[in-house]
Amino acid sequence: MSDVIVLAGADERDLTQLGEYRALGGYAQLERVRGMAPADVIGELNAANLRGRGGAFFATGRKMQFIPGAEQNPNPHYVCVNADESEPGTFKDREIMNRVPHRLIEGSLIAAHAIDSQHVFIYIRGEYLDAFETLRAALDEARKAELFDGVTIVLHRGAGAYICGEESGLLESLEGHRGQARSRPPYPAISGLYASPTLINNVETIATIPKILELGGAEYAKIGAPPDSTGTRLFCLSGNVVKGGNYELPMGITIREVIYDLAGGIPDGRALKAVIPGGSSMPILTAGQIDVPLEHDALRALDTFLGAAAVIVVDDRACMVQLGLRVAQFYMHESCGKCTPCREGTRWMVQLLEAIEAGEATHSQLDLLLDVCDRILGKCLCPLGDAAAMPVASYVVKFRDEFRAHIDQGGCPFGGESSLDGLFAPVDQHTHHPVVEEGVPA
Amino acid sequence: MPRPLADQVRAIAAQYPESRSAVMPALRIAQERHGGWLPPEAFEEVGEALELTPAYCKGVATFYDMFHLAPVGRRLVEVCTNICCGLRGAQEVLSAFERALGVQPGETTPDGEFTLRAVECIGGCGWPTVVAIDDRHRLNVTAGDVPQIVQELRHE
Repeated sequence: MSDVIVLAGADERDLTQLGEYRALGGYAQLERVRGMAPADVIGELNAANLRGRGGAFFATGRKMQFIPGAEQNPNPHYVCVNADESEPGTFKDREIMNRVPHRLIEGSLIAAHAIDSQHVFIYIRGEYLDAFETLRAALDEARKAELFDGVTIVLHRGAGAYICGEESGLLESLEGHRGQARSRPPYPAISGLYASPTLINNVETIATIPKILELGGAEYAKIGAPPDSTGTRLFCLSGNVVKGGNYELPMGITIREVIYDLAGGIPDGRALKAVIPGGSSMPILTAGQIDVPLEHDALRALDTFLGAAAVIVVDDRACMVQLGLRVAQFYMHESCGKCTPCREGTRWMVQLLEAIEAGEATHSQLDLLLDVCDRILGKCLCPLGDAAAMPVASYVVKFRDEFRAHIDQGGCPFGGESSLDGLFAPVDQHTHHPVVEEGVPA
Repeated sequence: MPRPLADQVRAIAAQYPESRSAVMPALRIAQERHGGWLPPEAFEEVGEALELTPAYCKGVATFYDMFHLAPVGRRLVEVCTNICCGLRGAQEVLSAFERALGVQPGETTPDGEFTLRAVECIGGCGWPTVVAIDDRHRLNVTAGDVPQIVQELRHE
């Protein structure tokens, strides 16, 4: 059996076309599932042990089981597909929408059947104009072919806000508000979109469902690293690696194999310094830890996570203080501002990291940076605060000598030669005012 | 005569259980109609179409990076400077655009042709550096490519 699941057939055929997708058995599972009881569909997903591919790794079938039946809650039930992929290092959902949009649509319709819903919303990040157009065309084709059977699918474009990839921020945004995180409980399954029961899942999770039903849950569960990390992931390779891009592989492959056997190793004859295994919010691994399999349990044992399976490779030219600063600047820029630990904490992190990088910090301020991270971790309304604090704290712990060298030497030991030196952050351009047509500052 | 904004917005709003959900699509349409940015009257128009206050509509717009509250150039050039592109020379690409256009990130050229921005990750990390031009992504851009890109854009 081939271990390509989500992108199966996409190298041989143009699966953006309905006819091509159907020639591969596309939408056959939807047809079959419509004759099945919803509980049996969920049973297959549980047998597969499908876990959320957006980063939280929550069991998809269980999430569906949390949705109350119509007799318990007569409000409409909603399916929200989270296509607001925004974690730095992640670009897999974009490839799924661009190459196998019908698999996502089929998965969405199966999910709707599983929770007895007639309404699907796909929230796609605003920056993905190409994927938006591809998906819109595929939806039109599927609608004309009368595959929806009474279900409506609304494709909703975001407008540039990382927080809208967080489920409660997404729901706020979809309701027409600023995309600020909600306090939980209640969770979306009980009170989500328009205060109604809502299933919200990542694109890759949903796009995996048709193949699980085709193979059978038990068969799917043999792929990858069972019992917990079953199936494949689209690993997004980026950073200092020869062949960046998406690689769909069974979970359990090691970081070393991905970097050196598949992605061509490190360019320019440089040495590997560190690897971020799951996107910019995840704790970092050192070059000595790359024999770890990319699966949940093994990464947890190293105090990090698979996250969204975005493997960011860092070579020896990068200053870790600059890396931490740039990561902190991102999360400060994207903080929705609703809860204090995240809004204020990310600003403190940036200020301290700027002082360390400039050689103007003391050793006690390095301790203060860790203290600030600790005062963010687990204390926010949503995971965005943790997403800033976890990686930066890990850089300090794993590369403490490099942080200390900045303080002891009164400046960056890379002396302007770091690959990240002087990297401009968008948060700094809010102080600039654009020039109006007459050439007068606005 | 183009279709009135209110008609277009109400047709979109009909897709949602609550019309307020159409505020983002409505702001996007208004921005397109106003040359790429949202002047104060745009919030009046969107508010009227959706029975929301202009202040509410502006409050939503300010939250999102792709809504522009000041005039932008005819072409919008956005360079990703997040870590994945940063590790592979994004700063050099941004500097090359600064030199070629004569403006800093966040500024518009005096002739109104170009707005240059640095942006957070736009999701093409495996193909650095990613540059969005009017929302179309160019991948694997190097500093050496920049003069020719600017030349092309001036004539398009």
